[in-house]
Parts: sequence; C-alpha cells; structure tokens
Amino acid sequence: MGCNKKAFVALIGSVFMAGTVQVLAGPSAAMMANTCAGCHGTNGQSAGPASPNLAGMSASYFIDSMTYFKNLPKGEEHAEDARPATIMNRIAKGYTDEQIEAMAEHFASLPVYKADVPHDAAKAEAGVDVYDKACAKCHDENGALPDDDAGILAGQWLPWLQYSMADFQSGHREMPKKMKKQVEKLSDAEIEAALHFFASQK
Amino acid sequence: MANFTRRKFIKVAGGAAALSTLGFPAIVGAASKKVVVVGGGVGGATAAKYMRMADSSIDVTLIEPNTEYYTCFMSNEVLSGNRKMDSIKVTYDGLKGHGVNVVHDTVIDIDAAGKMVKTAGGQSIAYDRCIVAPGISFSNNIEGYDDAAMQAMPHAWKAGEQTVLLRKQLEAMPDGGVVAIAAPPNPFRCPPGPYERACQIAMYLQAKKPKSKLIILDSKDKFSKFGLFKQAFAKHFPNHIEWIAAEKGGKVTRVDATNSTLYTGDTAHKVDVANVIPAQQAGAIAAKAGLTDDSGWCPIDGRTFESTLHKGVHVIGDASIASPLPKSGYAANSEAKVCAAAVVDLVNGREPGDPSLVNTCYSIVGPDDAISVAMVYDLKEGKLSKVEGSGGLTSQDSSPDMRAREVQYAYSWFENIKKDSWG
Repeated sequence: MGCNKKAFVALIGSVFMAGTVQVLAGPSAAMMANTCAGCHGTNGQSAGPASPNLAGMSASYFIDSMTYFKNLPKGEEHAEDARPATIMNRIAKGYTDEQIEAMAEHFASLPVYKADVPHDAAKAEAGVDVYDKACAKCHDENGALPDDDAGILAGQWLPWLQYSMADFQSGHREMPKKMKKQVEKLSDAEIEAALHFFASQK
Repeated sequence: MANFTRRKFIKVAGGAAALSTLGFPAIVGAASKKVVVVGGGVGGATAAKYMRMADSSIDVTLIEPNTEYYTCFMSNEVLSGNRKMDSIKVTYDGLKGHGVNVVHDTVIDIDAAGKMVKTAGGQSIAYDRCIVAPGISFSNNIEGYDDAAMQAMPHAWKAGEQTVLLRKQLEAMPDGGVVAIAAPPNPFRCPPGPYERACQIAMYLQAKKPKSKLIILDSKDKFSKFGLFKQAFAKHFPNHIEWIAAEKGGKVTRVDATNSTLYTGDTAHKVDVANVIPAQQAGAIAAKAGLTDDSGWCPIDGRTFESTLHKGVHVIGDASIASPLPKSGYAANSEAKVCAAAVVDLVNGREPGDPSLVNTCYSIVGPDDAISVAMVYDLKEGKLSKVEGSGGLTSQDSSPDMRAREVQYAYSWFENIKKDSWG
C-alpha cells in the first residue's frame, strides 16, 4: 500500500468526519447556479431586457418553476402540468430534483434584486390601485417578498411579466384560483398598469 | 489500494468538504496565490472575475493587448445595420473594479517549467497557475488569402475593425450586387455564426438593396441548426440567400482579392462583397507555448481545464478541446467558471469539485425570429459529457409568438453575458 503517513492520518480523520458531515456528490450549488448567469445575470441579477432576475426568489417558487419546465416535452410550447417555455424546458431537463433543490437554496440565499426596468410612469401610477385591490393579498410588499412564494415581481423585467400574464390568460399556464378570480375582473388596461407597477418597483 | 493516489483517496474519504478541514498542511502552507490570465475575451475575463469573486486573496493579473474589446456575438447585427459598434464594445474597467490587475501587453511566451509569462513589452510575470484564453487564429487553407486580401475580403470573424470594414463594403455596394460568404470547415468559432450572418446581411439587402443576393460558399455539407436555418432561408429570404454545399462545389480553395473573385476549384465567382472566413486553430500563443496537439487545438482535463501537455497551465474557450461543448461564447463563459473554481481550489490546497456547464446559443434569423440551441454538460468517467435528456434545438414548428420571445431572450443573453464576463 503506497499510502503515505500524511494521507493515512487524514484518512482516519476523514472517515470520522464523513460519518457526521453529509457530503453531496456532484457539482456544488454555486457551480450549477453560476451557469445561469449568462442569461439571468451574475448572482441572478439580470441586466434584461427580458430574462427574469432569480436573486432572492423563494426556494419553493424556483423548484416549482424548474419542475414545471422539466414537465414540458421538448418541441412543445405548452402542456398540461407544465410551464410554457422557449428554452427553459430544454435546460431544466439537465438537472435532477436534488440539483434543482440545491440551486433553489442558492438563489433563495441571495438578497432580492430589483432591476432598473424601463416602464411607463403613468401606467405604473395607475397600477397602484389595481395592485391594492387585486394583487396585494398574495404578492406582498409590492411583489418583493420571497416568503409569499409567489415569485419576485418587483423590479422584474417587463417583457417577462407580460409573457407570463399572456400565458396565464391564454390558459397555457395555470392560475391559482384566487388569481384567476381577480384577473377575470380586470380590464386589459388595468392588467397592463399592474405589470408596469411591478416593473417600476425599486 | 496498491496505487493510493490522492484522487482515489478523496473518493474513499467521501469528499473534499471533509478533507478541507483536515487538509494537507504541506500544500496549504506552501500555496502562494498568483494567477496570470492570458487573453481578455469572454473566457479570460470571466475566469479573472470569478476567481476574484470567490477568493479576493488571489492575486489575478490579466494580460490583453487591447484596451477595448468588441464581442463577436451580436456583431452580425452590426453588419445588418440593426446595431452600432458601440453596443458590442466592452472595456476592462469592470474587471479592475473586481481587483483584477489588467496589463495591456501581448504575451509572447509562456515558460511552463519556470512558471513565467513573457510579454512583448519586456515584462516577465511569475505565476502559480496560468489560464490561457487565446481564442482563435486562422489557418492557411485558402490560397491567396494573405494580409492584403484580408483587408479586401474581410473575415470579420474577430470583431472590431474587420466588422466595420465589412459593413462599409455592404453599404457601398450598389443594388443588384452579389455578396459571398465563404464558410469555414469544422471545427471553428461559433458554428451557427456564418448562417446567422447570412440572415442578417439578407435582412439589410431585402430592405435597402432588394435586387442584390447573397451566396454562401460552404466547406461543409451540413452545419449547426441546419434544419432551422434552411427553414429560415426559405421563409424569410427565398430570393436573397443561396447556400452551396461543399458537395455541390461550394468549397473555396483560392481567392484573387484584386479581382474580387473566389474560386471553388476551377469555378470562378466574381462578387461585389466577399466575406472570407478561413479555417481555424487555437490562438497563436497556444502553439508557441506548446499547448496544442496535432489538431492545432489544446487538449485539457475536463475537471479543471488544465492542459494535459503542461502542468500548471489551463486552457479555456475556443482554443481548448472541450468537445462535446461547442466553440461558443456561452461555452467559454461556462468553462471559465469551472476553471476559475478549480484554480481557486488548487491554489488553496483543495481538491477541485465536480464541474457543471451549460451552452446556450441564439441566432437571430429574421425580423422577430430567433432560434436557439442549449445543452447541459457534466463530467462522466473523467470526460466532459452531455447530460442525457437535456438540451436541443428550437422546434421548427414553434409559433411566431415564441420566436419573437426568443429574440428578446437573445438580447437578454447578450446583455447578461457581457456584464457577467466583463462587468
């Protein structure tokens, strides 16, 4: 056995440590999360114009999103129990559920990032009332609270907010019952105003 | 256990996390932390930034001749007139903000045994680890394509003056002119690039010079995103793009720049604007430093991107043999992060962890129409591998709405990768 003394000492210690420390095989959470940055920004802070910020998103929202992306078959734009996607269904399929959880914890541990998003100030102003009456109950703190598990909408890139709402309204993305009830009551102009309101949050 | 190597030992012990608390005092104590990065393209810049983000005690020096760098990605939109040069320009101020020591000089040699980099400016810079990101250089596969021909028939395959030159030629061309793109043989930087370029130039011709046309003279019979590009050519540019495969006589073997003529064997193609993209190999410093093999590219270890030819020197980006990853900007950015993490571990006496990589590549092929390819990669049995079930192409059946979204995500890719690499 060509095992030198130093390695032998470390081996004894490590066997002891291995019993008490859970060691994850495979790439670290940061290693995986850093691969997202080319489209979603360093540390999940997107430079826009459309890719959403991931920083500070709740783990549960991240896991839901990636799981629903995984459920979307390649070549499809929408499907039952899946999130509509252009490219994320192809990427999400590259990760196990455990790896998605690790990435989720990583992004959840970062501070919420609100981008400086171009928006229409008048629409954003009109959106205050819409937010108060239709959105505030679930999207706390103007859409900036991770703990509501409803995504980070504050300072989120406007095209992404618009794509998401279009998917909800077309029925390609399932709305929670409470949301559906509210959205159905709103005019197109009110919905647009609410999206500008979220985008305008700093 | 006769050959009890360090790597096997770590597997036995159950991982680097447990190991690092006990460590190897000899390695940890001796570690000095000076890293030199050669080249300030997407790979070199990203590696420098991410090393400093992970461990600010590492002394990182990046050596790059240019004070301003123009990204190849989105340079095709400059050719169509949809974008200005300023928007593809980056500086090194962002890296300086991360505490990277940026030296504007040209590396002329790397002494792997002496751990020393030498520059044209006469500097000798010592390192503990060196990361080489030299990009590409051109091979002499086309007779007559010398320095003068390069000015008359720009390649525009390194963005900057060459991009401006080609754009000016397109602007000066009369309506009814013929533009030729000579597409290179594999492997080369940005596999879908020549074909996105064809679409971008065709958009310009359609709008401003509708009697003109573009021919692609190809060294290959097939190329990246093949079906999607053929679909885009037929849908958007039926009268403006003609693709001639190698097997149909498309391979350019010789040019006569003074007569604006391309030769595919004995057939002469006299054109108004010629964009000649030669065959490629690793950037010149890689060969000079003995980092290339017979292929002209640099073999590496997939876990750390350390050269298999010279210890202590890592090679990332287009110059490396990182197959199945393509030679793309996103791959270079992803490889740089794997390499940066490995180098941070190594200079701190830790065993590098498992890598995870992604490639994402968009091509804007028409108004409100972009297509993409993506893939996730990891290390299997010591080799970089595609993660089974991941990745693939935009569907040929995807709706105009989703294609329009892909354009906005292409722009998001561009803004974010610029900032992630140099910002």
